[in-house]
Amino acid sequence: MAGTSMAAYSSSWSTALLKISPYTFSAIGIAIAIGVSVLGAAWGIYITGSSLIGAAIKAPRITSKNLISVIFCEAVAIYGVIVAIILQTKLESVPSSQIYAAESLRAGYAIFASGIIVGFANLVCGLCVGIIGSSCALSDAQNSSLFVKILVIEIFGSALGLFGVIVGIIMSAQATWPAKSV
Amino acid sequence: MYGFEAMTFNIHGGYLEAIVRGHRAGLLTAADYNNLCQCETLDDIKMHLSATEYGPYLQNEPSPLHTTTIVEKCTLKLVDEYKHMLCQATEPLSTFLEYITYGHMIDNVVLIVTGTLHERDVQELLEKCHPLGMFDSIATLAVAQNMRELYRLVLVDTPLAPYFSECITSEDLDDMNIEIMRNTLYKAYLEDFYKFCQKLGGATAEIMSDLLSFEADRRAVNITINSIGTELTRDDRRKLYSNFGLLYPYGHEELAVCEDIDQVRSAMEKYPPYQSIFSKLSYGESQMLDKAFYEEEVKRLCLAFEQQFHYGVFFSYMRLREQEIRNLMWISECVAQNQKSRVHDSVVFIF
Repeated sequence: MAGTSMAAYSSSWSTALLKISPYTFSAIGIAIAIGVSVLGAAWGIYITGSSLIGAAIKAPRITSKNLISVIFCEAVAIYGVIVAIILQTKLESVPSSQIYAAESLRAGYAIFASGIIVGFANLVCGLCVGIIGSSCALSDAQNSSLFVKILVIEIFGSALGLFGVIVGIIMSAQATWPAKSV
Repeated sequence: MYGFEAMTFNIHGGYLEAIVRGHRAGLLTAADYNNLCQCETLDDIKMHLSATEYGPYLQNEPSPLHTTTIVEKCTLKLVDEYKHMLCQATEPLSTFLEYITYGHMIDNVVLIVTGTLHERDVQELLEKCHPLGMFDSIATLAVAQNMRELYRLVLVDTPLAPYFSECITSEDLDDMNIEIMRNTLYKAYLEDFYKFCQKLGGATAEIMSDLLSFEADRRAVNITINSIGTELTRDDRRKLYSNFGLLYPYGHEELAVCEDIDQVRSAMEKYPPYQSIFSKLSYGESQMLDKAFYEEEVKRLCLAFEQQFHYGVFFSYMRLREQEIRNLMWISECVAQNQKSRVHDSVVFIF
């Protein structure tokens, strides 16, 4: 407790980092949670969508079944939105004397980490599902018995995003700000 | 980075790759070929083909069909598909697609120059040219008297211009020089295409270098066999071999000094991929060599479809279609000339 707030003119990096408000970290965490998740979802949708459209010209029967790949990519964006909403409900105001208290910093960092976890897990999940969805559309156009088998691979791929959401929510559940009355 | 093309390939190439794979699904299968081989007349062939994707192209043809009509209409289908893909493509795919047609351009140039040498009519020659290799000033080729004029008048404006630097001489055009010119142009074209694919990198470079190396090696063997017994010197022969491929450089050294087919065979048997081709032929026989090479080529072309997110599928599809058109031509000729027993001599099944 002694080293944090009273070392006013020390010029080390650790002091600089500790002087960043926990609200900054929280806000950036929430932004990354939604922003990078949506990036992953969009990337996945365009990878799968371009192949699906081209393949559907010669094999129109594949369109309705292969929309599942697009839906799996979209789910990744929804995870990002849900976690961002949960994270922003965790934000509370603390009195200005408490902003740099250890408890506040801990809460800020927890929300930041939760946002990064969810954002990047959804980014790679969206990419993965998108690439598999593209291959799925092309294989289904050639041989329709392959669709269900490749769908199983996609389901395993979309579980990656779910892992990220679970850990992110656990992380943010213990983000408790210090009580108002000191 | 090799392996991460999946993340960005579909931005520009995803739609066209899916289209070309859809076209591949329309290639004739072994069952179709079996039906066609059992046809009695060209009208039967037309009837069987109307159930495949060639239907719309053949249905308006009047009844006494010729084999050239069938081949022409099937080629027209290939040209339509190619032009559709070329319109939709962006760089570098559009350059890649154009590279695929330069081989046909070279063949057309040689066809017109040879035909003019033998006093044929230009219009008749233009009709025989392959449509994929046409360019604007092609009719002017008939005017040129030697290679320098050929270059200066016509070819300097075409994509073939950079390939001419090795064969501009002031000699007059005669049959031997024209064949040498054809092979020199083709050598320069293959090397240029190879370098272009290497520059693209990734899976495209790997798959295309395998396919182009096979092409270069096959041409080296064909040049060797065709020049046995002619006046082509060993040095001239060596100058026609491309400088890439499995046979480069030691295989070329051996092939350059070959004087008959058995020496060619012993030179090629040192290379495992070609040993299996040559082991199918009995000693002293070279007629089946073409078919063996075609079969090996088709096998490699089909393998290119196993990977996604590269440009090799476009090259592969064009070549497979050309093989299919060759098959249809052979079948039609056998049926038209009533020699159906020979029909399986030269048909290469694709699937």
